[in-house]
This record gives sequence, C-alpha cells and structure tokens, in this order.
Amino acid sequence: MTTATGYAPNRTLPLRVEFVRQFKRRRTLGMFALLLALPWVLVIAFQIGPQSSSQGQSALRMSDLATQSGLNFAAFVLSVSASFLLVVAVALFCGDTVASEANWSSLRYLLAAPIPRDRLLRQKLIVALGYSAAAVIVLPLMGLLAGTLAFGWDDITVPGTGETIPAFDVLPRFGIVIGYALVSQLVVAALAFLISTMTDSPLGAVGGAVGLWIVCTILQAVEALGVLREFLPTFWNNAWTDALVPELDWSGMAKGASVSVTYAAILIAIAFRRFRRKDVTS
Amino acid sequence: MKRVAALVAALALIGVTAWLVWPSAPEVRGQDQRITVVDGPDDDQRVELDTTFFPPPDGGKAPAVLLAHGFGGSKQSMRDQAVRLAQQGYAVLTWSARGFGRSTGQIALNSPDYEVKDVKQLIDWLAKRPEVRLDASGDPRVGIAGGSYGGAIALMTAAYDHRVDAIVPQITWSDLADALFPNAAAQPSGASTTAAQSPGAGTAAQPSGASPAARPSSAAVQSDDEAAMSGVFKRMWAGIFFGQGVSLDATSLLSRRETAAGPVTVEQARCGRFRPEICDIYQRVAETGRATPEAVELLRKSSPITVAAQIKAPTLLIQGQRDSLFPLGHADANARAIAAQGTPVSLAWFDGGHDGGNGETDWLFDQSVAWFARYLKGEGAGQAGTPVSAFTVTRDGGRDPGTRQRIRLHPEAASYPGLAGTATTSVRLNGPEQNIVNPPGGAPASVSTVPGLGGLLGGQNTGGVSIDMPGQSAAFESAPLTAPLQLTGSPTVRVRVTGEGEATLFAKLYDVADDTQLPTLPAGLVAPVRVTIPEDAGSAEATISLPAVDHRFAVGHRLRLVVTTTDMGFATPAQPAAYQVALASPAVTIPTVSTLAAAPTGVAWWVWAMPLAAVLLAAVLLSTGRSRRRPVLTTAGQGGAAPSATPDAPLAAPALNGTPQDASASSAKHDANADATNGATGSFPTNGAAYDADAGSGAGHDGTARPGGGDANGGHADVTADDGRADGGRGADGDAGHGDGAGAGSTSNGVGGDGWSEAGAGIGGGSGVAAVAGGGVRGGAVRFEEAAGDGAGVPLEISGLTKAYRNGELAVNDLSFRVERGQVLGLLGPNGAGKTTTMRMMMGLIHPDAGEIRIFGERVSPGAPVLSRLGSFVEGPGFLPHLSGRDNIELYWAATGRPKADAHFEEALEIAGLGKALERAVRTYSQGMRQRLAIAQAMLGLPDLLVLDEPTNGLDPPQIREMREVLKRYARDGRTVIVSSHMLAEVEQTCSHVVVMRRGRLVSAGPVSRLLGSAAAVRNGHGPRLEDVFLDLIGDKP
Repeated sequence: MTTATGYAPNRTLPLRVEFVRQFKRRRTLGMFALLLALPWVLVIAFQIGPQSSSQGQSALRMSDLATQSGLNFAAFVLSVSASFLLVVAVALFCGDTVASEANWSSLRYLLAAPIPRDRLLRQKLIVALGYSAAAVIVLPLMGLLAGTLAFGWDDITVPGTGETIPAFDVLPRFGIVIGYALVSQLVVAALAFLISTMTDSPLGAVGGAVGLWIVCTILQAVEALGVLREFLPTFWNNAWTDALVPELDWSGMAKGASVSVTYAAILIAIAFRRFRRKDVTS
Repeated sequence: MKRVAALVAALALIGVTAWLVWPSAPEVRGQDQRITVVDGPDDDQRVELDTTFFPPPDGGKAPAVLLAHGFGGSKQSMRDQAVRLAQQGYAVLTWSARGFGRSTGQIALNSPDYEVKDVKQLIDWLAKRPEVRLDASGDPRVGIAGGSYGGAIALMTAAYDHRVDAIVPQITWSDLADALFPNAAAQPSGASTTAAQSPGAGTAAQPSGASPAARPSSAAVQSDDEAAMSGVFKRMWAGIFFGQGVSLDATSLLSRRETAAGPVTVEQARCGRFRPEICDIYQRVAETGRATPEAVELLRKSSPITVAAQIKAPTLLIQGQRDSLFPLGHADANARAIAAQGTPVSLAWFDGGHDGGNGETDWLFDQSVAWFARYLKGEGAGQAGTPVSAFTVTRDGGRDPGTRQRIRLHPEAASYPGLAGTATTSVRLNGPEQNIVNPPGGAPASVSTVPGLGGLLGGQNTGGVSIDMPGQSAAFESAPLTAPLQLTGSPTVRVRVTGEGEATLFAKLYDVADDTQLPTLPAGLVAPVRVTIPEDAGSAEATISLPAVDHRFAVGHRLRLVVTTTDMGFATPAQPAAYQVALASPAVTIPTVSTLAAAPTGVAWWVWAMPLAAVLLAAVLLSTGRSRRRPVLTTAGQGGAAPSATPDAPLAAPALNGTPQDASASSAKHDANADATNGATGSFPTNGAAYDADAGSGAGHDGTARPGGGDANGGHADVTADDGRADGGRGADGDAGHGDGAGAGSTSNGVGGDGWSEAGAGIGGGSGVAAVAGGGVRGGAVRFEEAAGDGAGVPLEISGLTKAYRNGELAVNDLSFRVERGQVLGLLGPNGAGKTTTMRMMMGLIHPDAGEIRIFGERVSPGAPVLSRLGSFVEGPGFLPHLSGRDNIELYWAATGRPKADAHFEEALEIAGLGKALERAVRTYSQGMRQRLAIAQAMLGLPDLLVLDEPTNGLDPPQIREMREVLKRYARDGRTVIVSSHMLAEVEQTCSHVVVMRRGRLVSAGPVSRLLGSAAAVRNGHGPRLEDVFLDLIGDKP
C-alpha cells in the first residue's frame, strides 16, 4: 500500500472546494460589489449631472448616447470599464490565485496533501477563470438592468452614425460582445496567472499583469510601430464595438480573439511548465 | 535581480545603439533659382520662373522629376513632397507656374503657347545640370508629377515634348470644356450629338492630325464642341477656380500668401493674374451660364484630350473618387486616348479629390515613386509584373478595430476595364411618371456637393449632405437587393422627359439603407443633363450616364434614382418650367468589375495560424517539461555499497556491546568494502560522480587509514563520505577530533571486528562520539543491505540527498539516514543545517539535486501519491486567514479528495484544543493557536508518517508537555514521527532517536539513549545532557 486509503490524485482539490475557498475572500466579494454597484453609480451620475440638451446633435459619442436606452447604457458601461476595471478584476482573480496561497504558506500543505502540481494549477485556473468570467458577465448585465430601469427599454443607437438597431436584434449581439470581452481578457488572465506562479506576492502578480497591460496600451499609441501593434494584446480590446454596428463585422474580433488565444495558450503553458519544476520555498 | 538589471541594461544599450546607428534619411538642400524663359505664340515674352532645385542627396547623376503645383499653389506647396522624392534618389525641380507665387507672367491655363513652352525650357535647364542623368545630349531622364493644374501640365508637356519619360498626373482634367460644361445625357436623335465622335475634332489648337480615339458611348465625358455647348455650367467650381486666380495676391485658398510687387490696377482687380482673353471669356460665360464657341475653343486648347494621342511617356493617372470638379470620367478619357497609341497607362481611383476624402498622401507618394522607379530608374522593368497595377481602386475596408480609424483596401486589376465595367447588372427600378418643376430663379436649389466644402460637410464615408427639394425631384426605386452589388464605373439609365424646350436636369443614384437612415449619395456626385425636347414630339428620351463611382450596395439596400431640376453647384435656368419624368426602360445598368472583386478582404492567415501554432507550442512546452528525472542515482542507492546509514542500528550495533548478528553483518560489510577497496583503489582519485565516490569510500578509508594510522587526514567521519574532497579539505580545516574518530572507524572496518580497540588506541584523545559516528558508517552500510531486502516498509529512507542553493552552496550535502516504524526521530542541527530543506524535500516541494527520498519504499517526487501517507507541518502554519479554523481544516481535507470519515476531525481538533475559537476566522488567532491548528491539520487522517518542524514553538509549557505525550502516543501505535527542534530538552524527552545535522551533512545518528550513553562513557559519568552532546557534535563547544 503506497497511498493512504481513499486517496486518488484526480479527486484532489475539487472545483467546489476551490470555489468555496476563494469565495469568502474580501477581495472577491469586494470586487463583485464594485462591479455590481458601478452601473448604479453611473445611473446616478447621469441623473444628477446637468442634462445636456445635445440630443440629436452631431456629437454621437457613446457617452452621449448612454441615456438613450438600457442597451445603450450597458454598452457604455462596458466601454468605460473594459479597458481598465475589468482588466484589474480579471488580473485580481487570476493573479491572486497561486500567489496568495504561497503568501499564506498554505500552498505547501496543498502540494504535500498531495495535490499534483498540474492538477492544482488546473483547478485553480478553472476557478479563477470562472470568477473572471462572472465579473465580465455580471457588469454588462447589471448595466442592462440598471439602464433599463433608469432609461427604459428601447432600440440601440449606434455611436458615430446615429443609426438604430432594434432592441431584439441586438440582444444576441450583446452575447457576442460579452463573449468577445471574455476572450479578450484571456490574455490578462493568463499573464496574471503566470506571474502568480512565479511570485509569493499576490499584489505583485496583480500589479505585474496590470502593469504590463498598461505598457502595452502605451506602446499601442506609438503609431510608428505600424502593423506590429496589431500583435499587442491590448490592440483589439475595443473590437467588440463592431458587434454593435448595423452590419456585424467579425474581422476585428477574429483578429483580437486570435491574438488573445495565442498569448493565453503560451503563457499558460509556460506557467504550468515552470510550476511543475519549481522549488516551492514559500 | 541582478540578472534582471543586467537584462534591462543590455536592452537599453541595444536600443541606444540602434537609435544612434539607425540610418537617417539623407539631408536634402533646395537651391532657389530664378529661371528666365521665353514663351508666347511668337516666342517673345520673357517670364521669370521662381524655382527650387533639389539635387539628389547621394550625389552622382540621377533621373529628374518636375513637381508641378495645383491651381492657386506655388512651388512652396510642393516642397515637402520634393524633399521626400529627392531622398528617394531623384533630382527634383519645383517651380511656380507663370502667374503664381513669385513667378511673373499671367495665367494661361496650361496653354501650349505659354505654360508648356515654359516647362520645355525647364527641361532644357535640367539637361545642363551635372546632377541629372541624360538619355542624350540635351535630353534628360525626366518625369513630371503634379495634381490638378499641375497634372494637366504634366499631360500637356508630355504631349508636346517627347523628352519626358514618365508622368504621374493626379486629379486633373482631360477636357476643361467638359469639366466646366458637363452633359451626361446622350440623346439618340435630335439636337444633341452622339458621344462617339473623335475627341477634339476640328479644334483649332490641335497641332497635328488627331488620331481618333474610340470612346464609349456611355462615357460621362462628351468632348465634342456641341456637347460642351449644350453642357450645364458648373457655376460654383468655375467661380472658385477663377476667383482663386483673381484673388491670388490677396488671399489664396490653397497656398500660403504670397505677394507680388506693384499696386493693384483696375484690370488686375478684374482679372487678377489671368490672361485678359481668359478673363473676358469667363466673365461672359458666367453671366449667361452657357458656353460659347470661343470659350470652348479656348478651354480645348488647354485640354490634354486634344493631344493625348501624342503622349509617349508611360502615364500613371491618379484620379479622386470624391471629385465633382474633375470626376473619374476625365481620367477614363485620358487613359483611353493615351493607351490607344500603345503607351503604358495605369489608373488609380483613390479616396480623395477636390471634394475631400482621405487624400491618401502616403499611398499616392508610394505609387508615384514606384512608377518613376520603373520608368525613370528602370527598376523592376525586367520583372514579370509592374509594381503598379493597371487599375487600382481604393475601397473602404471598414474600421480598424484597434485604432478605430477607417482603413482602405486597394484591390487591383491587371487591365483597365473602362467605365462600362467588365460586366453589367441590371437593376429594375419602379416608379410612375412624375411631375417636377423648375422653380423660378432656380431657387431653392437641391444640394449634392458643395464645391470646396464637400470635405468639411460630409463624413468620410457618406456622400455628404444631399438634399432634394420637394416638388423638384422624381424618384424611382428598386426592390431591396438580395445580394450585395459592387458598382464600379458609370451606371446608365434611360429616361423620358416630357415638356417643352430644353430641360436641365440632374440625375443621382442613391443608396437607401432603410427608412431610419438618410439615403447615401455615393461620392456626392450628380450627373447634369440637358435634354432637348423636339417641338413636335413633346417628349424625348435620353440615356444618362450617371457619375462614375466605386460603391458597394449592401444586401437589403435599395437603389434610388432621383431626377431633379436644380443643383446648387450648377447654373440652372431662371424661367419656371414643368416636366414629366418617366423611365424609358425600367432598369438601371450597373457596371461591375469582377477582376477587382478578388480584393484581399479575407481573414488574414495569421488569424487562424497563430493560435494553432500557439497551441502546438504550448503542447510542446508542456510535454517536454513533464519531470526532471535523475536516473543516475537510483541504481547506486540500491547497490551493495550504498552509503545509507540508519541511525538506530549502529548504536545497537557492536561498537560497544557487539550483538552477534550485527557483528556478522559487520563482517559482511567489511567484505563488501574490502572488495570495493581492491577493485577501486587504483582508479579512485579520478572518481568524480558522487555515488561512485561512495562506492570508493571504503577504498578511501583503507587507503588513508592504513599507512597513517591516527592521521588526521582520514577525514571520513561523514556518514556518506566524499573522499575526493575529504582527503584534502578535512585535513586542512583542523577538524581533527571528528576526523580522527571517523578515520578510526574506517580503519576498524578495514581490519574487521578487532578494529574497535585499535581505533580507540589509535586516536588517543579522539572523541567518543566520533567513534560512535564511525560505527554508524559501518553499521549503516550493514543495515542498508538488510533493508534492500525488506523493501517498502521503511517509513523514511534518505540516501545521498544533496541540494544546493542557487549560489552553489550546499544546503544539504550527501545526507543519508533512515527512520523505522514506531520511532520518534528528532532532527537536530543549528540554524542553516539543512533540516527544513530536508523536510521540504520529503514533502516533494523541492527537487533534490542528487540522491533520493523514499517514503514507504516509494520515491518522493512532487505530488507523489505516497505523500498522502505523510502528514506535515513545516516552517509555520499555512491557513486561509479569511476562513474559520474549522473551515480551514475541513476544506483542507476536502482538498485531499479523501473520504470525510477518514479524516478523524475530532481527534485532530482535540489536539488543537481551540474550543470555540475554532469558529473564528484564522486571522484572529494567536501564533500558538495557529501552531496547534496546523499540527492538527498535519494529523488529519492519522498519517503513517508525521513530520513536524518546530512543533513546540509558541506553545506554553503545559501545551508542550501535552504535545510531547501526543507525539509519543502517536508513534506507539506503529506510526512514525519526525520532529525538528531547537529545544534539546524537549527532544531528549520526546524522541527515541536523533539525527544531528551540521552544514547540510549528517553528523550523528542513533537512539537518544545511545548518544547520551556514549558521551557518558567518554566523559566518565558526568551525566551529560543532550545539549552538551549536541554542541560537541556541531563543534560549537567553547
């Protein structure tokens, strides 16, 4: 008998257990509270702010159209948060996952339980991605709810051209938007996860991922890089707006998803490879 | 950290170096030059042209390029382009045309008598420059490029001067009369003529017999005199055009302000810098809104179409899709006329023109450079394809999702199909005959494009503001399209107009998306038509060539033909009139160019290739990095000469009381060692591998001990010795007592059972403990041979374990020991002895560099299943601070995936003794509480082997005592406990056996009682404490 009774490597760290372990954390609850409150804060901001009489004028920016309908508002909420807030949320859920265990010293007990290293990473990654996905999904949905309650249910007005798309035509498009937002955040998730396996400091992992993200955003602004910028992970971040135009355009989202999946696959593979060989000294 | 810093520094260095050595564009210096030319019909007018010459920056002889400016500009407006072109290796000459900028003379609208003669003399001047490559004496290799007014001079000069080798005219006209008096209607009968006549026939200015160039009947341009005579005056553009020439000195719309000398006379105020005959004709025409024969004759003189057949220079015609002044039809006419003589011609329809659009400056420049490279430098001439395709169209590529900017595609075709396309599609239009009126005075007028402002008012992709006045327009609409329709060229439609006299109408083809959106007028272009209704017929049919555009009608969109009576840009009759407009044939013919359809709009290859490659790479990364096997050591560890030393056996063994079976075992070992000695003596010094060294260890013992006897060089106290190092190193570091003892032990090995007494004698003052250690070596080897037989049962067996810190220092150095069932083993050693590192390796957290650990016979590796039989508490507790103690324990057990019933929560939690605190979050716990909880966690499931690191840290004395009992009881049930501690008194009371480590090496091992007893033997009954023994062992005793 070489194992304890009832021990089987593929039964270790069930997803449910990891989910519960992470759920009661303040950062999890706090982040979700923030994401759920943000649409309401924006609603209040729009309500108490000076009412602009610019309706129907030439300035058709997304923020000007936010109060047109619940759908417009949800799109606006997503657009203002996709570039940073969601990045932080995803980096938090994925970057914190291994590093915080290392920080609490509980990682070594999990590994000595023993949970095979690949399995530990896999289960943690799945749960972290689950939380990230929940964050990305919950925000526009709450935006839709808040916006519909505050501004009513109406057709969506497209920024820029002012065209309208019927509300029920655009709902599946909204699914595409959220799906793309998920895929595009995969890079952040993978990056944060990789750093998380390399450091004992949860803040370092989250900060590192967000920091690299910011560097990419800055590089993206350097027009001299030309076509190289297309391969920056941040470049296609807003491609989901193509799903909210009258004629759905997949090309940008396809490129964005391609870049995102590419980076994510490699980063996650490196994370597994490194962690497998790592001397856990925390 | 250092590596990171070094990497950053290296990257910074590379960046700076690259920046410093990166080739910068060569500097180009312009030389201002005033060149005097003589022109006029009689070659008697002297004009001073203001020029700037940009020699090629690389020196040598280069082809020359003349850059001509647009109307209202000057040589200054071409400066940037000239510098860029010169950097490409050309000698560039820019000049202000006569009447513009600081040049003298008057504007003659690119007349062959004036401007063309000027440019010919500029070419003469170039031929004398040493920087310019010559084809022949007085014949420089020269090209001309320019836009609008400058494009026309390129065409005109190329026709009159065959020294010109290549031209790139942009957004220019073919027939100025048609540009200002267009008529897009062709009437099969009646007053209007057909459009199939040769261009410029009977024009006085034509220098030689024009070869008739066949022109399509559908062409938007009608170039014969009568067509122009009946054309609709393009009032606003003509006004802007003329106004610029007049007001050039005061305010110039398109260029920097430049002042000419002299006060403004009445004549100057009236005509500005125009030649008087042009000024007179314009004023007459603008007043009536009708062309006169003189006007047409004059404009024809300045029209390339009249002389295009003589152009021998390869021509790249670049025409704007957003150009209501010189629409695409003009480039079409030029291209056909030039190509008819076999001259190479390429066309590009770009996103720009006089009405705005993007302009595509860089793309145009690249195309021009490619053209000149081919025909001036001769590059690429031998290659199969031309660098510039025969026909290129700029199309909207949608929005770049990254930058949110519009992107443009450039589909190409190998041949130019003309405005009729390669194929046509008929789209049925519906609509009854409709009544429209021409309002008195022509106001209010419909709006299609506002000349000069089109770019400002309209969006880049929309047709701009387009308004049809109610009552003035008739509309005919198609059903929604079932397939997308890409229109490229000039659509045609036949209408019937009923009314009286001459009807001035404007036809436009809208793209209608749906009711919620404004219809789009592609490029904002409108086709003006003048239909003459024969008096007796009452109605007339006309074929209207709608403006040539490139436009994509999407699925579900409709085509709408609108015929109005007014347009703001044109002169319309002031008399009120009413007409009925109906479709003569109910369809509009849409030309399409299928050769262009294969535009590179597909998904870029990397979109699917990159993730695929990434997934492959990820798979490779994962499959190659699966584990780090170290196969060298396993066999050595199992071999007969393996160095494993179990702590208990040697002390039970014959060193002092000589149990028979141990003695026999000892001799067995002796034999083995002797064998090894015999075999290995000669080769020993070259032995490098750790385990071979172990095998040779015996040899080393014998070899050094025999001759030297009590020599300190016999440095083999280490349980698993590395002789290669020990021989020199040990002797040097003066660890004499230790070393001697070991040497003695070894010697005794060599001489068999009698050796012990010899050893004692030989070393004299040598430490007794050391002797014990020496015994350990021997006994260990013996025990190992036994163990090799009994297999998997041994709870812990460490052999040859080595682990180096990153800096190379050894944290654990060749450690071997063994723990039996039922033992409570104390792992002792000063800080940095390698205790914790060893424990981490037991848990599979750290990979050993050499050697191995076996738990119950199973080799430990990260995540090895056998670890499930190990309970551990190492280097402090590890809990999730936000969860309660109970949650932590329960979730930890759940994480092991084992049945809840096996956990024995109650027993474990009883040991923790936390009471109600168990339900509080762990972050509120004291150090001791966490410690106890962690020990409880280690005991979950009652593991067969329990490893505790400093378990009594932070506990109070009663708890320490309790812990002691717990551990003893735990081991009594046949389980094994390993405890590391600094509290030697504790260890003394708790543990049955001890392993002492120092600097990563095993110093001593054995039962506590033996350790103490041996010390007592040497010290003659001093009643030693473990502390003394320990300090003695680690050599820190004062």
